[in-house]
Amino acid sequence: MTGTALRWLRANLFSSWLNTLLTLLIVWGLAGVIPALLHWAVTDAVFSAGDSRLCRGASGACWAFIGEKYRLILFGTYPYDQQWRPLLAVLVIIALFVASCDRRLWRRWLLPLWLGAAALVGGLMWGGALGLEFVENRLWGGLPLTLILSVIGLVVAFPLAVLLALGRRSELPMVRALSVAYIELIRGVPLVSLLFMAAVMLPMFLPAGVTIDKLLRAQIAFILFAAAYLAEVVRGGLQAIPRGQYEAADALGLGYWQKMGRVILPQALALAIPPIVNTVISFFKDTSLVIIIGLLDLLGTAKSAIADPNWHGFYRESYLFIALIYWVFCFSLSRYSQWLERDLKRGHQR
Amino acid sequence: MNRIMCAAVLGVALAASPVRAGSTFDAVKARGFVQCGVNVGLAGFSSPDKTGAWTGLDVDICRAVAAAMFGDATKVKFMPLSAQQRFPALQSGEVDILSRNTTWTLTRDTANGFHFAPVTFFDGQAFMVAKKAGIKSASELNGATVCAQTGTTTEMNLADYFRTHAMSFQPVIIEALAEMNAAFFSGRCDAVSSDASQLASIRAADAPNPDDYVILPERISKEPFAPAVRHGDDQWFELVKWTVFATIDAEERGIGSKTVDGFLKSADPSIQRFLGVSPGFGAALGVDEKWAYNVIRQVGNYGEIFERNVGAGSRLKLDRGLNAQWTAGGLQYAPPLR
Repeated sequence: MTGTALRWLRANLFSSWLNTLLTLLIVWGLAGVIPALLHWAVTDAVFSAGDSRLCRGASGACWAFIGEKYRLILFGTYPYDQQWRPLLAVLVIIALFVASCDRRLWRRWLLPLWLGAAALVGGLMWGGALGLEFVENRLWGGLPLTLILSVIGLVVAFPLAVLLALGRRSELPMVRALSVAYIELIRGVPLVSLLFMAAVMLPMFLPAGVTIDKLLRAQIAFILFAAAYLAEVVRGGLQAIPRGQYEAADALGLGYWQKMGRVILPQALALAIPPIVNTVISFFKDTSLVIIIGLLDLLGTAKSAIADPNWHGFYRESYLFIALIYWVFCFSLSRYSQWLERDLKRGHQR
Repeated sequence: MNRIMCAAVLGVALAASPVRAGSTFDAVKARGFVQCGVNVGLAGFSSPDKTGAWTGLDVDICRAVAAAMFGDATKVKFMPLSAQQRFPALQSGEVDILSRNTTWTLTRDTANGFHFAPVTFFDGQAFMVAKKAGIKSASELNGATVCAQTGTTTEMNLADYFRTHAMSFQPVIIEALAEMNAAFFSGRCDAVSSDASQLASIRAADAPNPDDYVILPERISKEPFAPAVRHGDDQWFELVKWTVFATIDAEERGIGSKTVDGFLKSADPSIQRFLGVSPGFGAALGVDEKWAYNVIRQVGNYGEIFERNVGAGSRLKLDRGLNAQWTAGGLQYAPPLR
């Protein structure tokens, strides 16, 4: 047993003088960092305190701050006694995601399932029926807002993106020109500028008394932006499909939509999974840009939490807390995509 | 689309004057609540507490306006606004009143199309020093090392101040706020300079022991924060203006949220008019005669609002300084309510 361990060590960590040196350097570095980190995060940390005074005396982290503020960070300014509703909405979204991950469930009824879940989430968040108190969406914040913006943004953008990608490769000049113009224009401006357009300029041009909800405006900006980026990803997948596949589909006498829907797109989308997931992850995190238009997403609520004069200044704890939440979501997405990739490739590896 | 964007940019540039005139007052009344733009999070001025309810000095000003308008300080909805978004939000009518630590300047008062109500917080660049240094005034800072942040007007104000007072100083200019704080608290600088409200929040959040540091009384720049409304509705502007004045006037008269009920029986005719016991002012403003009573009863007078959010009752522990009543050497002065 020890022999195997020694052999493993020699092969992996001390195989040459350079590797030995690197190993020693890294061990030395870790030995410097880890004890300090443990002291800060565990041994010297304050885990519960009635107010911040106890924390300010301690040299470690103030996890009591998270205990005090986690509901504000997670749910924003949603009415306090009603916060089980956004919690339930978040769980519904996560459950829907997990269910949609299983390929055996990729059936026709998945679409009604999504629509039903969307209605359920909307009903929970807005309320106004079945004895639920109505809550305006300006009070939404935190994790539900981040999830809603990114999930709705990506789900609506995806079909749009497929159409744009097909349009860009279309032989109809008008369709191609419009698709190219759309994609290049949207990709040519930063997301922040689109959000500003939606939040700041749009209301100026609406007639008096007409206002489009701020959240809806931001959501539309996200959809437009995500569609342009996803379109290019899908186009990359389309380009990787050999000409023979198109010709074979034509030879079978399939029409355009049948050809694309049954032959080309299933292969192209499978190929495009890694870049699609990459885009999805980056959009999930990009939703934090809405703070510049005053929507309190997860990052926004974390920032607001540290602005409380009584608990002012615990930014490390606050940012670590939301970093962990972001990480859990992004890491799960990335692991799932790796699994899906392998699963879909099985056909090619025969 | 590109052309539309250009036109949009141009349109906003040209339409610097208010986009929408019309009666804010009536619109607010019909809607049944005030829409108030506040900061996304600024300690002492506006931040959500753990239940998500907004608190702070700027927040209380809006609650006071709601109390004056509807007799109910809860009839206000807060919209957190970023710095870039705050003026368009007011211009386009998304909010009725902007109470978001906004400095009153000539350009904003004219070209941007806003009216500013009375100043609710006189901020300005100040110095913070360690108490043990025994410095009582900025005039004793000759030869001092002063920490400040880059990229702000802070640096320029510092240089101007020391030059005009024929003193020398050693600037230590640091990019990041956290590093500047660390440099100051580790003793690398004799003093640190920034807006007084920011110094107070640095002291509350980052000082090893907040009581070891003092903010010197001098203000070397002027940053008067005032609530703003759009041009085009004088009645609404007057209501906001006189609501703020009422809180200041109440403090001067010694009427507070706890004592206001006792003053209802006062024989003083000016207090009777103020509290609406004898009518007149409410009708002039177009609201209930009890408007000032409701403001003081539900939100408090200016002194109470100040102390609770940024003063002795808060962690920021700011001195009243310029924000004291004129009778106590400050600048808060309400014209007579008569």
